[in-house]
Amino acid sequence: MTEQTQYHALKVDAIKCIGCTHCMKSCPTEAIRVIKGLAVIDHDSCVDCGQCHRVCPTNAFYVEQDDLAKIRKFKYRVILFPSIMIGQFPEKYSENQIYEGLIKIGFTHVYEVEQPLQLLIDSVKEYCANPVNTKPAISAYCPAIIRLIQSRYPSLTENIILRKAPYDLAAHFAIERFMLEGAQRDEIGLFYATPCIAKIASVKNPGGEGESIVDGIINMNHLYNEVMKVISEDEAEDHSIQRQNLSSEGVLWSLTRGESRNFGSRSMAIDGIHNVVRFLERLENDQVKGIDFLELRACDQSCAGGILLTGNRFMNVERLERRARRYPLAKDIPFSNIKVDVKKLKQKLIIDSIQPKPVFIFGKDRIKAMEKIDRAQRIVCFLPGIDCGACGAPNCHALADDMVNNKAKMSDCIFLQQMWEDEGRITANKAFLNVQKKWGTNRFKADCNKKGRRNEGF
Amino acid sequence: MKLTFTIQGGDFTHAGHPSSEVKKVLKQLNIDNKIIKNVVIALYEAEVNVVAHAYSGTVNVEIDENKITILVTDEGPGIPDIDLAMKPGYSTASKSVQEMGFGAGMGLPNIKKNTDEMWLETEVGKGTKVKMLNYFA
Repeated sequence: MTEQTQYHALKVDAIKCIGCTHCMKSCPTEAIRVIKGLAVIDHDSCVDCGQCHRVCPTNAFYVEQDDLAKIRKFKYRVILFPSIMIGQFPEKYSENQIYEGLIKIGFTHVYEVEQPLQLLIDSVKEYCANPVNTKPAISAYCPAIIRLIQSRYPSLTENIILRKAPYDLAAHFAIERFMLEGAQRDEIGLFYATPCIAKIASVKNPGGEGESIVDGIINMNHLYNEVMKVISEDEAEDHSIQRQNLSSEGVLWSLTRGESRNFGSRSMAIDGIHNVVRFLERLENDQVKGIDFLELRACDQSCAGGILLTGNRFMNVERLERRARRYPLAKDIPFSNIKVDVKKLKQKLIIDSIQPKPVFIFGKDRIKAMEKIDRAQRIVCFLPGIDCGACGAPNCHALADDMVNNKAKMSDCIFLQQMWEDEGRITANKAFLNVQKKWGTNRFKADCNKKGRRNEGF
Repeated sequence: MKLTFTIQGGDFTHAGHPSSEVKKVLKQLNIDNKIIKNVVIALYEAEVNVVAHAYSGTVNVEIDENKITILVTDEGPGIPDIDLAMKPGYSTASKSVQEMGFGAGMGLPNIKKNTDEMWLETEVGKGTKVKMLNYFA
C-alpha cells in the first residue's frame, strides 16, 4: 500500500478560527485538535465529511474550488450537477429559468447528472445479484462514507458496490454525446457543481481511478449565488431537451432512500455521519442480519443537507419530491434517447477495486502499540472524564492517546493543573502560562462580540 | 495488556459494549480483520449469554503479541447439561428473551466456531466460566 497523503479540500482560515472546539467535538473521526488556539486537521484521519464546516460558528473552514473563469477556454462548456441543485432555488423559479441562468453565466450546456439512470440501476442490480459479492452490499455513492469505511472499517471495504456514482455516469455520457456530434475531447469542458467537499476530494484524488474526468469543480453555493444574480423573472425558453433522460428516480437519487428504494429485498438507508458510524460498528460486529442493500450518506437528509447547499434541507427535499412526480420512471425512458453506445457507457461505471486504508494511531508495530494503549489506559484513570476539550483534544481518551504519541502533555489538562496548584506542585503563574500556550494570548482578552456563543454553529 | 468489563444480567440495551471496545483495540493492533471478526462474534455471543441467563458477569481480556484470551465469568444458574447446550438450536432462553431476537440456541456453538480454543466450566446454581482463545496468526 502506498503511503500518500490524501487530498483534502477543507482548509482552516487562521484569521477567522477562534479555536472554539465546536469542530473538534463534532468530528466523527476525532481528526481535529486545537493547537495554539487554532483548529488543525489531521489529514490521515479526516474523511472529508464536512461536519466541522457545518458546525463552525465563524465560517473559518473554507473549501478550495476552481475559478468559474476557467470555463471560458472551452468551446463546449458543460455544467454537471445533481438534481438537488434545482431543489435549493425558491419555488417561483422554474427549471427552465434556472437552466437559463446557468447559460447566462457562461455555460453552453446544462446537464443534470442522474441520467441516463437506468444504466446505473441495471448495473447495480447485476452487481447485487451476483452471489460472489459480499452482503450487505454498500453503495459507493457517498465519497465521505467510502473514506470512512476505508480508514475506520477496513473489513467492510469488500461490501462496497464496485459501481460509480451518477456523476461519473453523466460525465462519460456527456463526453460520448459531444464526441458523437464531432467535438474533440479538449474542446469539452466538464464542470461539476458539488454539494459537498467529499466529492471535491474524491475528484481531485480519485484513488486509483486515474485522472479525474471533469475539468473543474464549482461549489454549489457559489454557483447558486452567481445564478441568482442573473436569473430572469420572465418565463425562459424550453430547455427540457437537455433533461430528456431524467427520471423520477433520478430526481430523488441524491435524497435519503433515493437509492435503497430501488434495490434489494431488504434494504436500509442511513443518513448523518454519526448515525452511519454507529451503524457500521454494529455491521462490523456481525449484528446486522438479512439486509442486502445499504445506502449510507454522510449528511442528514443526504445531499439535500450538503454543506455547500443554500437554503433549508427539508424544503429542498420537499421541492424535489414534488418535482419527481412530474418525471417518468427510468425504465420508461427509451434507450433510443441515449444515442451513444450503451455497452461502452455501462463499462465505464465499473470500479476496479476499493482498497482498505486503515489508520493506526499508535503505529504499525504491534508490541509498541500495545504498550501505548496500555499506557493510555492508565493515563485515562487520572483525567477527569468530562471531555471538556480545554486541553485541545476532543475527549479525555483522545488526550491520553495524544500523550502516548508525544503530541500532548499531562499539563494540557486544566483539571490536573488545578490539582497540582492546590498541592503546591506548580505555581499559579506556570499553570496560566500553560493554558495560554495552548490557547494563545487573545483567548483571554475581553470581547463583547464573542463568536461561538450559545447555540452558534448548531 | 489487560481489559476488564462488567456485564449486567438482563440488560440487553447495553450488550455489545465489551466486544466493541475489544474490537477497537484489536483494530489498532493491526490484527487480521477475519480474526477480529471471530473474536468479536464469540465475545458478543458470550456477553448475550450472560445478559440472557445470568445475574451479572465480568469479562477479562488479555492480549499479547500472538493471541487474545478472554474469560467471561458469570454468577447465574449454571448449565445442567453442557452437551445439550453445545447443540446448535438448543435453547433454554425464556420466551421474552426470544421475542427480543435472542435465544436462537446458537450462543455456545457460535463461540466454539469462532475461537481456536474454548473451555467451559459450570456449576449449577452458581455460575459459568467461558474461556476463549484466538491466535493472531
